[in-house]
Amino acid sequence: MAEKLTQEKVSELEKYAQSIRYSIVEMVTEAQSGHPGGSLSAADILTTLYFAEMNVNPSDPQAVGRDRFVLSKGHAAPVLYATLAERGFFPKEELLTLRKIDSRLQGHPSMKNLPGIDMSTGSLGQGLSAAAGLALAARLDNSESRVYTVLGDGELEEGMVWEAAMFAAHYKLDNLTAFVDFNGLQIDGPISEVLSPLPIPEKWTAFNWHVILVDGHDIQAIYDAVQTAKTIKGKPTMIVAQTIKGKGVCQMENIADWHGKAPSREQCDLFLSQLNELEAE
Amino acid sequence: MGLATREAYGEILKELGGKYENIVVLDADLSKSTKTAVFAKAFPQRFFNVGIAEQNLMGVGAGLAAGGKIPFVSTFAMFAAGRAFEQIRNSICYPKLNVKIAATHAGLTVGEDGASHQAIEDVSLMRSIPNMTVIVPADAEETRKAVAFAAEYDGPVYIRLGRMAVPDLFAADYTFEHGKAVQLEDGKDVTIIATGIMVGAAKEAAKQLQDAGISARVLNIHTIKPIDKDAIVKAAADTGAIVTCEEHSIIGGLGSAVAEVLVENSPVPMERIGVCDTFGESGIPSALLKKYHLTAEDIAAAAKKVISRKK
Repeated sequence: MAEKLTQEKVSELEKYAQSIRYSIVEMVTEAQSGHPGGSLSAADILTTLYFAEMNVNPSDPQAVGRDRFVLSKGHAAPVLYATLAERGFFPKEELLTLRKIDSRLQGHPSMKNLPGIDMSTGSLGQGLSAAAGLALAARLDNSESRVYTVLGDGELEEGMVWEAAMFAAHYKLDNLTAFVDFNGLQIDGPISEVLSPLPIPEKWTAFNWHVILVDGHDIQAIYDAVQTAKTIKGKPTMIVAQTIKGKGVCQMENIADWHGKAPSREQCDLFLSQLNELEAE
Repeated sequence: MGLATREAYGEILKELGGKYENIVVLDADLSKSTKTAVFAKAFPQRFFNVGIAEQNLMGVGAGLAAGGKIPFVSTFAMFAAGRAFEQIRNSICYPKLNVKIAATHAGLTVGEDGASHQAIEDVSLMRSIPNMTVIVPADAEETRKAVAFAAEYDGPVYIRLGRMAVPDLFAADYTFEHGKAVQLEDGKDVTIIATGIMVGAAKEAAKQLQDAGISARVLNIHTIKPIDKDAIVKAAADTGAIVTCEEHSIIGGLGSAVAEVLVENSPVPMERIGVCDTFGESGIPSALLKKYHLTAEDIAAAAKKVISRKK
């Protein structure tokens, strides 16, 4: 069993996650478009990966042998940008250029534009295939590099996801760890009502993946699951992370309408003050 | 008769596999038909069958390229350019990843399988995507050189290959120049611009025209994108009339690409030989080429017609 994070480390990571949430709300407000709900729900997953696990170097973003991250749910770009900025890949001030003309922060992640983006995504269903290709390339190179990807739960409705699921299991890509950001909501409403992808864990088990269920807002639990995934041989791992869409901003939590809507300036001020209070706690 | 371009693809891919350790080949359960099986036999550790899953074929190719490999991905043109269009656009071309899509069984000459398998829109689809280059080899030797070029070139490439055996047009010393037309015959009355398997028919048409006292230039345009504007503009200036020939829909392919150059630079009368906005059907390739007006006789008739339109 891998070592637990110290309480100090967990507190530090929680602070990063709060700061990332703060950035998400700010940047989407400034852009007056974007996807806050699913960005906030994935903040703890990305924080854990980028601040406690992944072998990446902000001053050498193309380093050979680095770990890779693919945001398959590319519309959650704000959480990726906020995390990369927090980690030092580029100045945090640049976050406020999101979605504006000439910005490196495209509406969906573009690897040619911004250092630290390992794969361009945005069209749902495609990231897991790219992650599998990256994992296969690492294996062919006998590299220790690991590949991480985050899918949306609504994204599981894309048929291509299951092509990639079969592929990764068939070729035993055990250097690939995927997450489902299981917040239960998509644009048109609850996933169970729009087109149910449930039950999620059973599907991945049936596709020959190792499956771990976690509370997607418990950083220690996320970290533990990532450590376990590294010990699983001969299978890729799917971490089904139970999350809350809009997590951290109570007016946004569990409301599908906040999937792709920007707060007004007044709402933003209120939301940011809430996040500040949470951080103070 | 020479080899089918897909046969030449299988041979050269195996040869390149020995030269480039980074070449990885993916196929979607058609390796015996696309001839990637030749590579698979020689380099089993660098061949991956993705099964009948073309979207994932393109996505895994993108990931391999992002990881520093040179993936060659193959399936039939219908399922590459058609079914996986959006994966090619968003996962390969948008990030300009180094994926080589070698699509076989293009055009009507798939034959008996019929319209469901006869891709006549693939060039149109592929050339519309930014960062993509589109190559349609005419014979086995041009295929070998084009595939070798693709392995060296940094960026996405679409190579259109055929099922049917075609006559050899080029010798072993042939040099492939990306984006450059190849003049096969010179002439002054009309220029026939052909691509892929229609290049042989274009040469035959030029012979027939010569017997009728008409002097025809023949250009082989193997690179549909980027297209050789200079050669097209020069042909218009020198001969004053153009006929394009392709085993593809007349909408969006070579004919459209040439027309775009002509109208913007030097408009001259033009006729297009191609599949005229219709689906194909089952039949042996020669019967299909005849029925859908893709023969040397059709090209010669179009040449006479376009010459009559000159002012």
